[in-house]
Amino acid sequence: MNAVTLRVTADRTKCCGAGMCALNAPDVFDQDPDEGLVVLLDPKPPHELHRAVHDAVGLCPSSAISVEEG
Amino acid sequence: MTPAGSPSTVPQSEILAVPAARGACPFDPPPAYAQARDRAAITPIRLWDGSTTWMLTRHADVRAVLADRRFSADAGRPGFPFVSAGRRTLATTNASFIRMDDPEHARLRKMLTGDFIVKRAEALRPRIRAIAQDLLAAMTAGRDHADLVTEFALPLPSLVICLLLGVPYEDHAYFQQRSGILLSNAASAAEIQTARAELTRYIKRLAEDKRDRDEDDIISRLNRQGTLSADEIAAMSLLLLVAGHETTANMTSLSILALLQNPDQLARLRADPALIRGAVEELLRYLTIVHTGVARVATEDVDLDGRRIRAGEGVLLMINAANRDDRAFPEPDALDVERDARRHLAFGFGVHQCLGQPLARVELQVALEVLLSGLPGLRLAVPVEDVPFRHDMLVYGVHTLPIAW
Repeated sequence: MNAVTLRVTADRTKCCGAGMCALNAPDVFDQDPDEGLVVLLDPKPPHELHRAVHDAVGLCPSSAISVEEG
Repeated sequence: MTPAGSPSTVPQSEILAVPAARGACPFDPPPAYAQARDRAAITPIRLWDGSTTWMLTRHADVRAVLADRRFSADAGRPGFPFVSAGRRTLATTNASFIRMDDPEHARLRKMLTGDFIVKRAEALRPRIRAIAQDLLAAMTAGRDHADLVTEFALPLPSLVICLLLGVPYEDHAYFQQRSGILLSNAASAAEIQTARAELTRYIKRLAEDKRDRDEDDIISRLNRQGTLSADEIAAMSLLLLVAGHETTANMTSLSILALLQNPDQLARLRADPALIRGAVEELLRYLTIVHTGVARVATEDVDLDGRRIRAGEGVLLMINAANRDDRAFPEPDALDVERDARRHLAFGFGVHQCLGQPLARVELQVALEVLLSGLPGLRLAVPVEDVPFRHDMLVYGVHTLPIAW
């Protein structure tokens, strides 16, 4: 059992609405229908979503999402 | 540490002319780019007009520069590199937001991002599939061969972007012919100017007609936005119209050809259609149809791998070479539909990364799914040597693809 928790933050001022997070971690990120910018659904996602969150962070083109382990 | 220098100090005889020619494999980027990538992070190059600039070919560097705000996408800045006369004409007259920096770029882009979110593209999937199935049925009715480009690959994304923009598809011959000129690296500046002016007039008239109607398409919504000039609406709509059909059309045809030339990969997709999503990412990486580089200009001095790119110097970011960098992708020259290729740069990176990528993904996934399931006997109808590749175009692909089944 992995005890690591992730704290996810999303910065809508940096977001360019490319949708990479919503595509790769749809349980954690969505996009608002007006401007297409990131909406954080789950700031403390369960362990089984950690890999998808890390993928989303690496794929985000505008460094709008970040994670802290703790 | 190499002395700073600038590309113009390198002797002309030693300097690589870009775009360079491709080698034996029509899917591989020019061998000169691979050699440059192996040798150094940054390479001086010469462009069509004799001007010199820098070329970057490594995945990490190209990705970093695309995300670096010290590099501008504004083609009006001195030093901005153009790969052809036409590119210069196009990028410097009524340019859309892809040739602007933030905050102006973000202000305009945000008016469109809502239309291309992942969920909206997914919601369109059944409709896109129905269009693809209709095209396939029309293409195969009573025949055993066709040109995939004109009968399927081009009409599919054209129909979809027309639907979203509110452009009548009946006009497709008019805008496809002129889009073709806009994206030609062989067309003269005058030809490009004419095509651009005609398309702008066409879109402006369409937008004007829509003003009195309460329609729910992108052009109508830009009209209602209230803060945009007629020129801004035309530039944004034209960008979507051109980018919306040429790119997906060429990716579709070239993907089918690449799969036919890699029968083991095609067999894996046929055996397990669930692989199609990942395969589309790999095909985007492997084929990278934006093949003449993404241009930027430095707004301040930037040091890269021991060389200094000075403020006002241009860089050409070769996303096709970066997507074949073995530092990022093992055995990069192999098409492997089961690899995780999501870090490819085919849609660019940074704040300018392709706005329409969720839609492009769904279109490509549907196109492969419908063609592979509908044409079990799909094959190339001519020797591959006879396929006309789009060496002369900004977007790589094939002019025609004769297939049989």
